[in-house]
This record gives sequence, C-alpha cells and structure tokens, in this order.
Amino acid sequence: MTSSSDSDRGAKPQRPARSADLRGPSDRIDDPNARPELDGEAPESAARPDGPVSPKLGVVGSLRFFWRQLTSMRTAILLLLLLAIAAIPGSLVPQRSSDPNGVTQYFVDNPDLAPVLDKLQLFDVYSSAWFSAVYILLFVSLIGCIIPRTKHHFDAMRSRPPRTPARLSRLADHIEETYAGVDPDTAIAEARTLLKKSGYRVEEYDQRGVRSVSAERGYLRETGNLVFHASLVGVLVAVGIGGGFGYSGQRVVVEGQSFVNSVIDYDTINPGRFFDQDSLSPYALTLDRFDVTYETQNADAFGQPIDFTAHLTTTTPDGDTEDHSMKVNQPLRFAGTDVFLLGNGYAPTITVRDPEGTVVFTDSVPFLPQDANLTSVGVVKVPDGLEKQVGLLGFFYPTAQPLEDGAFTSTFPDLVLPMLSLNVYTGDLGIDGGVPRSVYTLNTDDMTQVAGRDSDVEAIQLLPGQSAELPNGLGSIEFGNADPDAATGDFSNSVPRFASLDIHSDPSQVWVLLFAVLVTLGLLTSLFVPRRRVWIAVHPADGPPGARDGEGADGDDEPTSGVRVEYAGLARGEDPGLAEAVEALAYRHGTALGVERP
Amino acid sequence: MDLNDFSVMALWTALALYALAFIAFTFDLARRSTEVRQAADAVVPSAVARSSSTAGSEASSVRTLTVDRPTGTGGEARVTASRSPSLRVGVALTILGFVVHLAADVTRGIAAGRVPWANMYEFAMTGTLLIIGVFLVVLTREDLRFLGTFVTGLVVILLGLSWNFYVEVAPLIPALQSAWLVVHVFVASLGTAFLALGFALSVVQLVQARQERLQLELSALKMRFLATLPSADRLENLAYRVSIIGFIFWTFTLIAGAIWAESAWGRYWGWDTKEVWTFIIWVIYAGYIHARATRGWRGTRSAWLSIIGFAAVMFNFGIVNVFFKGLHAYSGL
Ligand code: HEM
Repeated sequence: MTSSSDSDRGAKPQRPARSADLRGPSDRIDDPNARPELDGEAPESAARPDGPVSPKLGVVGSLRFFWRQLTSMRTAILLLLLLAIAAIPGSLVPQRSSDPNGVTQYFVDNPDLAPVLDKLQLFDVYSSAWFSAVYILLFVSLIGCIIPRTKHHFDAMRSRPPRTPARLSRLADHIEETYAGVDPDTAIAEARTLLKKSGYRVEEYDQRGVRSVSAERGYLRETGNLVFHASLVGVLVAVGIGGGFGYSGQRVVVEGQSFVNSVIDYDTINPGRFFDQDSLSPYALTLDRFDVTYETQNADAFGQPIDFTAHLTTTTPDGDTEDHSMKVNQPLRFAGTDVFLLGNGYAPTITVRDPEGTVVFTDSVPFLPQDANLTSVGVVKVPDGLEKQVGLLGFFYPTAQPLEDGAFTSTFPDLVLPMLSLNVYTGDLGIDGGVPRSVYTLNTDDMTQVAGRDSDVEAIQLLPGQSAELPNGLGSIEFGNADPDAATGDFSNSVPRFASLDIHSDPSQVWVLLFAVLVTLGLLTSLFVPRRRVWIAVHPADGPPGARDGEGADGDDEPTSGVRVEYAGLARGEDPGLAEAVEALAYRHGTALGVERP
Repeated sequence: MDLNDFSVMALWTALALYALAFIAFTFDLARRSTEVRQAADAVVPSAVARSSSTAGSEASSVRTLTVDRPTGTGGEARVTASRSPSLRVGVALTILGFVVHLAADVTRGIAAGRVPWANMYEFAMTGTLLIIGVFLVVLTREDLRFLGTFVTGLVVILLGLSWNFYVEVAPLIPALQSAWLVVHVFVASLGTAFLALGFALSVVQLVQARQERLQLELSALKMRFLATLPSADRLENLAYRVSIIGFIFWTFTLIAGAIWAESAWGRYWGWDTKEVWTFIIWVIYAGYIHARATRGWRGTRSAWLSIIGFAAVMFNFGIVNVFFKGLHAYSGL
C-alpha cells in the first residue's frame, strides 16, 4: 500500500524518493513532509533531531525543548489517550451537572467514600482541574501544531513540484512503456496536458538528458486536515466562551398557570458568566392544557406513554398573544429562547382550612413522579394559620390499587381512580431559620407524625372532591376536583397536570454547529482526497542503459527509434488508489500518443 | 403467525445459517494449515517463503495493467492457498444468512410500524445485520474471506446474546419520536460495523506481526494458516482503511446525537453516561489515527488502540446501556 512496507522489510530501500524537498525543513514527525511512509526505516531514537539533548540548553533552549515535546505527535497521542481515560470516572460516579440527586444519594449510601471522591472532584469530573488540565494541554499542543503546519502548507502550495527521482523504478508503483515512432517532445507535451487535466500541478525537469514531468496533487488533503484541527479549536472556544453568553432556567408550570420570562419567576436559573439578566425578553407563557396519551391496546406496552403535548400561549409585553403546541422533540423557539418539555406529572389541588373554615393554604402542588405509573410524591407546608406548623407528605396514585399490606400502588399512569394519601406532621417545619429548603422535601427531624403509618391515626386518603378532618382538631383538608361536573366515576380530568419546562438561550449554539460541520468536512477531505506525486520520465529509447535497473527486463528494450517512458507514483499519506492511478496514467498517456488499444 | 413471529423465526434461521458459515470458514482455515504444512514438507522450508514472495512481486512488473494486483510489494501471503470449496460455501451461507436476516429485520420494522432499531434487541438485530452487510460489501473490493470465521463467529455470539434483550413490539416513547432516531442510531450501527471489521483485521495483524517477528520457518508455525494470510503490514493498512470509515460515521453519530439531544433534552451536550462513552470511543480512535502516522506507534501499538477502541464500542453497547444510569435509558429492558 504505502511504500513503508518495502522499506520496513528492507527489501527495497526508498532512498531515491527521499530528495531534499520531500523531507522539508524539519524532521519532526508532525511535519507533513516527514510522514513515516517516507522514512519508515529510520531508527526510532535517531529520528528526532531534538531527541537527545545537549546539556547546555539554557532557559530559552529548555522552553523550546518543552514546546517541541508538547507539540509532537507522540504527546498528542498520549494526551488523547489520557483524555479518554480521564473521561471514564464521570460515567461511573454520578455527576453534579447531570445528576445532582444521584450525588446526594451517593453521599447517603457511601458516607465515608463520598467526601474523598468529592475532594478529588470526582462528582464534577468535566469541570475538574485535572480533566481541564488534560484538555487544555491537548489544545495548546493542537494550536502549537496547527500554526507551523499552516505556514508550511502555505509555502508548499506555492513551491514547485520536486525534482524527479533518478531511479523511478525503485518506487513500488512503477510502470514502463516503450513507444515506437514517438518523439520525446510529443511525449512530454502530452504528459503535461494529461497531468494538468487531472488536477496536478506540474513542473518539467531535464536531468542528464532524461526529460520528465514532475507532478503533485492533493494539497486539499492537508487543507482538510488543517481545517479539521482548527475547527476542533473552534468548537472548544464556542463551547467554552460562547456558552457564557447564555442562560438556562427551569420552571414547573401547572395547567392554567402562567409565568413570566424573568429571573425572579424561574424555579432555578443558571446564568452564563457574561449573561446580562436584563436582556431576557419579558414575555409570559401560559400552560393552557397538557395532553397525554398512553398505550391501552398493546398488552406488551400497556401504560407506556405515546404522546405528550403541551398547549401554550405566549403573551408579549405589548399584548400580542400566540398559541403554540410543543412536544418532547419539538421545542418552542420563541423570542430568542428555546423552551423544552422535560417532564410532566400531576399537581393535585390541595386546600387546608383552620377549624373555623378559613382557608390557610390552597394550591395545585406539583407531585414528583416516582415510577412509570406515576406514583408521585409531594409536600405541603403550612407554616402559619393553624395552631401548630403542619407538614403534609403526600402520595398520589393516578390509578390506585391497594396492596396486600394495606399500602397502595398505581397501576396505570392516567387518571382512572386517582387517590391522594397524606401523612400529617406537626412541629417545626424548619423554614424560619433562613436555611433554604426544597419545596419537594419535608424535614421531619423536629416534627411528630400525627397521621400515617408511624402514628395511631391512619393516613388521610382522599378521592378528588373529598375532604377530611386533620387529626387533633387542627382543621380540615380538601382534595379539589378540577372537573366537578364530570359524570360520576369519570376522573379523567379531575387532577391538573404540570409540565416542567427548561428554558434556554445559547447564542453560541450555531457556532458550535458550524464548527462541527467544518470538522466533518475537513475530516472527509483529509481522509479521502489522495495526496500523491507522480512522475512521467521520457528516455530516448536507446538512452543510457544505466538509467534503468534489472526489474522488468523481459525483453522489450531492444533499441528502436522512439521513447521509453516511465510512470511512477508516490503516496503522501494513505492512498489505496495510487497503483490504479499510475496505471490509468500510463494507459491514457499511451492512448494520447496513439497506441492502438484492442 | 403474525409478522413479529415470522421475524423471530427468520432471525433464528439466520443465526443457524451463520453458525453453519462459521463452520465452513473454520474448515477453510484448517485446510489452509494443512496446505502450509504440505508446502513446508515439500520443499526446503526457507526456499518456499522466498520464492513465493518474489513470484508475487514479479506478477506486478512492467506492462501489466491488471488493476487488482496487490498494491505495494510485501503484502502477499507466504503461501498462496488453493481455491477452496469450503470458503465458497462459507460465503454462500453468509449471503443466504444475510438475506434471511434482512427479512427478519424488515418484518420486525413493519410489525412495529417504525424503524427496527429502537431497543437493545433491535439494535443487536440491525447492528449485526450491518456487520454482515458491510463485510459482504467489502468482500467485493478486497478478498477478506479469511475473516469469515471471525465475523460470523462475532455475529453468532451477538445474536445469541440478543435473545436476553428480547422485547415484544412496542410503540415509541415520546423522547424517541424523532427523525434523529433514524439517522443517529443507524449511522452509529453502520460505524460500529466498520469498526468491527477493523477490529478483526487488527487482531489478525497482531498475531501475524508476532509470527513475522519470530521469523519462524513454515513448519514451525503454530497457526499455520497464518502463512496464507496477507502480511501484518497489509493487514494494518486494511484495518486502517475500514476503521477510518467507521470513524467518520462515528463522528457523524456524535454530531447527530448532539443535535437530537438539543431538541429532546434542551442541551446538546451534558456528559450523560452514553455521551461520555461515545466521546471516549471517538477520542480513542482519534488516537489510533494519530498512532498510524507516528513513528514508534505504527504497527502493533496502533493495532492495540484499534482493539481497545472496539472493546469500548462493545462496552458502550453491552454494558453502558444495561448497567449504567443515564438519560439514554431506552434500551427497552
Ligand atoms: C484535540 C485533539 C486532536 C484530535 C481530536 C485530533 C484528531 C485527528 C484526526 C481525527 C485525524 C485524522 C483526520 C485528518 O487527517 O484530518 C488527525 C490527523 C492528524 N493530526 Fe490530529 N487531532 C488532535 C490533535 C493533534 C495534535 C495536537 C497534533 C500535532 C501534534 C495533530 C496532528 C495531526 C496530524 C499530523 C495528522 C495527520 C495524520 C495522517 O497523516 O494520517 N493532531 N487528527
């Protein structure tokens, strides 16, 4: 394939091919002119002029040495492998960025190990110092590689194709033809035309009576390679810096509710470093309806979600409204933001009253789904208005089914027989101390259970529209029915749903995509455009016998008036089509010179 | 019998055909070993090696315009194996297996009313189909039939394992309802098929290189059939050529996956476990490509990288999908 196979075996040394301009100014392996297939037989240790170091390097010398090491191909390989290895732990240990709950759980499960791993930044692998060090070094190396190569490539594109090697027959891809009655001028002229037409840059040489055309093509290969590597830098820069101009926010919206696209109205928001919070366009978003479809026909997939569609209305500050619908793979792109549907669930409407019947709490509370049939958990905190602070830990079953031990489970994700089961706690909710508490968790350390499994009183169980007394005369609680006019037993619209939305703006995204496309194009070009040199050398048919060696001495060299033409090619990089190309060249040249083909 | 039952039956049939092909290919390797021994016995051993390789290069001398001669010298086998019926039977069985396998895949798709690559069982089914398909297509360009044992063996194992993942036909969950499912997963499987072939070639390359280093006489070879296979150098070049095609598909998988992730999850990259492994694989293969162009890394070391890379591909498919937690929890298990 490449000529290195010859030289490695020592059968056919490649000396003649290694004319000065094949080597280029530097012998570095990352130098495109020092491809291993050209000097594969060089012993490894002697390969690098900067390998063995003289003792007196000096500061500049050391820096230079260090830089050369860093930007060598060897280092690039090691850093790439290091990067691959460094990325592994992030898949073994939960990451704060993608799975914060998993991290919390990990700390609970492994109280001794977790802090150690945390010290090693193993819960933040991809922003850790060591991971960053690897990829920054890699990209410094990459840049240090691209710049000199770009310069070299630029020079190479303007230089002449190299002198024709004296002994073309030493090349693996070599063909010789003899043409009677053809004069050298014609042969050379046809060779030029043919090569030019095939996209080669050509140069004519006359070396000791042998006229030849030296031709080279495939600069695009190196261009593609440089575009590829430069675009990798582009991707990194776009991700690293461009990402800082965006933000992402999350918000849970219950059917019928609205929220405004402003910092205070998000449940959580992660602004980028350079993000200007005033730049948010203050439109309002209303979740009018959330439709779900679950599989009911196919017994093998019973209850599997088939479709989620959120129906939304946007209202701009000047009062224009617009209806939209959105699905999991169809985000809403509006006013420079992208709104994604990340999850959904039920938000039972719960009202708590004091013994006099005054409402002290009423809201549709989002319950977090725990399983595929949407058994969900939610929390209600009533800090004021009752005799004591009250906390409710609720379980919601869209299709409730009692288990043998008296507990419940849900057997279908849609609302067939929705039931709310509540454990009631009294005591200190712990929200006055200024410590932020999640709305989804109830800290029961300083509370007493007054209804539920751990107490004398059973948990409160309600169907939509039902109410119950709270224990100890605290007051009452009602599970509201959102669709009170429905036929008896039809609960299909009795409980509002919520959608959890993720709202983003990332102006760098298009840049990342653009560079990613360039990466691909560069890659395709650099891997599939062949870069090769070919030569057509024209000898007078009775030319100096020393010009050819023994190979192919099968009797076709009896002196005739005419020319003996050598065709040879040399791959620069992977080039499986070279032999074919040289053959095609010989064939077409022969045809152009008037050879009759059968 | 409904369509899916037909699909299951066809898949079993394909599995059986591949197993038979495996036997035929193994038979061929055994036959090669015998021939090598006979060649070693027939002539003074070292003379055989020399003369057969020079004969090979003379075939490509002046005035031959055959297009399919081996490129470059030194790539040929030390001993040229004779034409073998078992080899042809192996290929024929593989083709037959492929046709039945294709029928299994298509009927599964029709039964499900969507592309047949949306859960582990279907990934395995379509992925192995592509491995065989790519192998057969490559055969039309290069004589890699000696890999038949390896390829059919791998596919028999993978298909055998895929029964553990069997699931009935089910509709797609909302997150999978996207044109990117069609593109992203298909291209990933196609890339995997090429990388699998590269892996097979790299393994043979390693064994061959070891054998060449020892410079054994034919009669002293452990696996004699090796003498009928191309040289380690040529195997390396072949491995590289199929692997870079796989790498390009993998690059495309990565990008398509990011685009899909953006529309499904609202971010194009989030270091989800599956994303992490796709990235790791990509980086390993980038290392492999560099190794091929670096003195001291060419040859055996780069072959190891190709092997490690494919091990990571299999890990990503078999282990990450099944045991790791992440957003890509759709494997249908
Ligand atoms: C971010 C890290 C890097 C990645 C992902 C990467 C990836 C690649 C890939 C995929 C190729 C093959 C495609 C092509 O030829 O264009 C390649 C080739 C190449 N890379 Fe890199 N590279 C990286 C860094 C570097 C560095 C630091 C250097 C310089 C030391 C370098 C030098 C080269 C050279 C010389 C080739 C051509 C090899 C050949 O001719 O086959 N790369 N690189």
